[in-house]
Amino acid sequence: MPITTIIQLFVFMLAGFVGVQTINRIPPLLHTPLMAATNAISGISLVASLVLAGSGDGVLATVLGTTAVACAMANIVGGFLITDRMLSMFKRTKTAVTDNSKDGASSAATP
Amino acid sequence: MTEILIQLAYLFAAFLFITALRALGRPDSARRGMQLAAFGMAVAIIATLFHAGVVSYEWIVVGAAVGAVAGYPLGMWVPMTAMPQRIALSHAFGALAAALVGIGEYIIGFSGGTLVRSTVAALGLEVLFGGVTVTGSLMAFGKLQEILPGRPLTFRGQNAINALLFAACCGCVVWLIAFPTQVAVFSAMATLAVLLGVLFVLPIGGADMPVVVSLLNSYAGLAAVATGFAIDNNILIIVGALDGLSGLILSIAMSKAMNRSFANVLFGAFGAPITDAPAATAAGGEMSATTVEDAALRLAYAERVIMVPGYGLAVSQAQHQMRELGDLIEKRGGDVRYAIHPVAGRMPGHMNVLLAEAGVPYDKLIDMDEINERFVETDVAIVVGANDVVNPAAHTNPASPIFGMPILKVEDAKSVLVLKRGKGKGFSGVENDLFVDPKTSMLFGDARQSLLDLGLQVKEA
Repeated sequence: MPITTIIQLFVFMLAGFVGVQTINRIPPLLHTPLMAATNAISGISLVASLVLAGSGDGVLATVLGTTAVACAMANIVGGFLITDRMLSMFKRTKTAVTDNSKDGASSAATP
Repeated sequence: MTEILIQLAYLFAAFLFITALRALGRPDSARRGMQLAAFGMAVAIIATLFHAGVVSYEWIVVGAAVGAVAGYPLGMWVPMTAMPQRIALSHAFGALAAALVGIGEYIIGFSGGTLVRSTVAALGLEVLFGGVTVTGSLMAFGKLQEILPGRPLTFRGQNAINALLFAACCGCVVWLIAFPTQVAVFSAMATLAVLLGVLFVLPIGGADMPVVVSLLNSYAGLAAVATGFAIDNNILIIVGALDGLSGLILSIAMSKAMNRSFANVLFGAFGAPITDAPAATAAGGEMSATTVEDAALRLAYAERVIMVPGYGLAVSQAQHQMRELGDLIEKRGGDVRYAIHPVAGRMPGHMNVLLAEAGVPYDKLIDMDEINERFVETDVAIVVGANDVVNPAAHTNPASPIFGMPILKVEDAKSVLVLKRGKGKGFSGVENDLFVDPKTSMLFGDARQSLLDLGLQVKEA
């Protein structure tokens, strides 16, 4: 087994621990946005597709790579857009003001 | 030098991705976090374009353009109720990308004579997980979109055949590690994986999809991890691990909330119809029906009200009506909360999104564990389109098929109002003691209309 594989196993293990710590802190409130978000982020496999599509290693590799680029790109564009769309809907109760849910202001500006 | 810069760009992107997931821990920081993650993604993509292996760009541009055009409607036009199938579809896309890269890399390695064992092992796992996820997700999409029949499709020896297929796939991977250049074995494995994906989701019913979609999320992540190992790319390993774990954690949480063991889920034996439903309800008794006027009067003078939405609410598209009723009660001085059971929707957290879309502030959406303590001091709990998740038999009746399932303790409230279409049983066919409880009043009819009428009456009360 090459030494790089061992290093990759270390990376995998540590990323796993970070993942458990991080994801367990996410409240059920945001579990659907979490799924959309991990979907968008996992579009990073685009970098592998790009290398394959641009390698010029024959027609088959180009066709496979181009299809993969399209799939991964659809996930990135669609994933980030829908996550943002969803998260923009989560708003806090406005104090004093009763009902103006049409307020498009950023949810970061909370009291 | 370029290679180092590319790797540094990946490191930066990985940092932003993990930061984004941390930001998702709080609703007020989540959006900014994801915007940073999108920036990280852009940096990683641009850096990759300078990779030494990338010699031509025309097909990259074509693929990226097609993907962006397909991705825009998937992001902007899909309604929130369709989120589960939308996510299932994107798992299929992600897994297809991974599987195709795996196949492509194998072909290049084969024709170049550079296949080594460790790479082939990773490529094999990549295509295996990718293949299963592609067809599995498409099946889940079909069932959720109701293109395919939502009920479980079962046949004799199903689990044995699935187990055999899975063993055959693993056998192929082992074979490839021993003999990396066996193209026939590689093709056989890819075919079997694709077939396994179909058969694995076939016996699972529509209501069990939260577990399946989460599990497929996990598989898609593992496919990305394998890609990372195959092409020596750390960011894919990191992101794949995060994705895979997130899917795993969510599917474990979901199966707990649905009263199924995770082992049961892993081997695809779930979704079978429950045959041993108990003959009669333990408590017995009659449901007592009420009128809109009486119910509205009680709501108008209630101090603490908890809304309990179930999937039936989403089916009748009554989220807005529920929120309007809640607003009217609050205007009269009542305190309104929304109790969210983990499997209230069709995917983890789905009901929260549906209610947030309807304009319910997120600090009013309370998780099961937290809200269960509040029912005791609640004047009226309104159950809309929920049944099994509020059935006290889960605590009291060991003979019930849902015994042990975590439920919302609606029976603790001082009085309960149940909005229900008819007198029929719930999804699992189990009698619900809550409905015949003396403090429960039933309001029969379409949920949307009932909520609308209640709102009108509360306004006038």
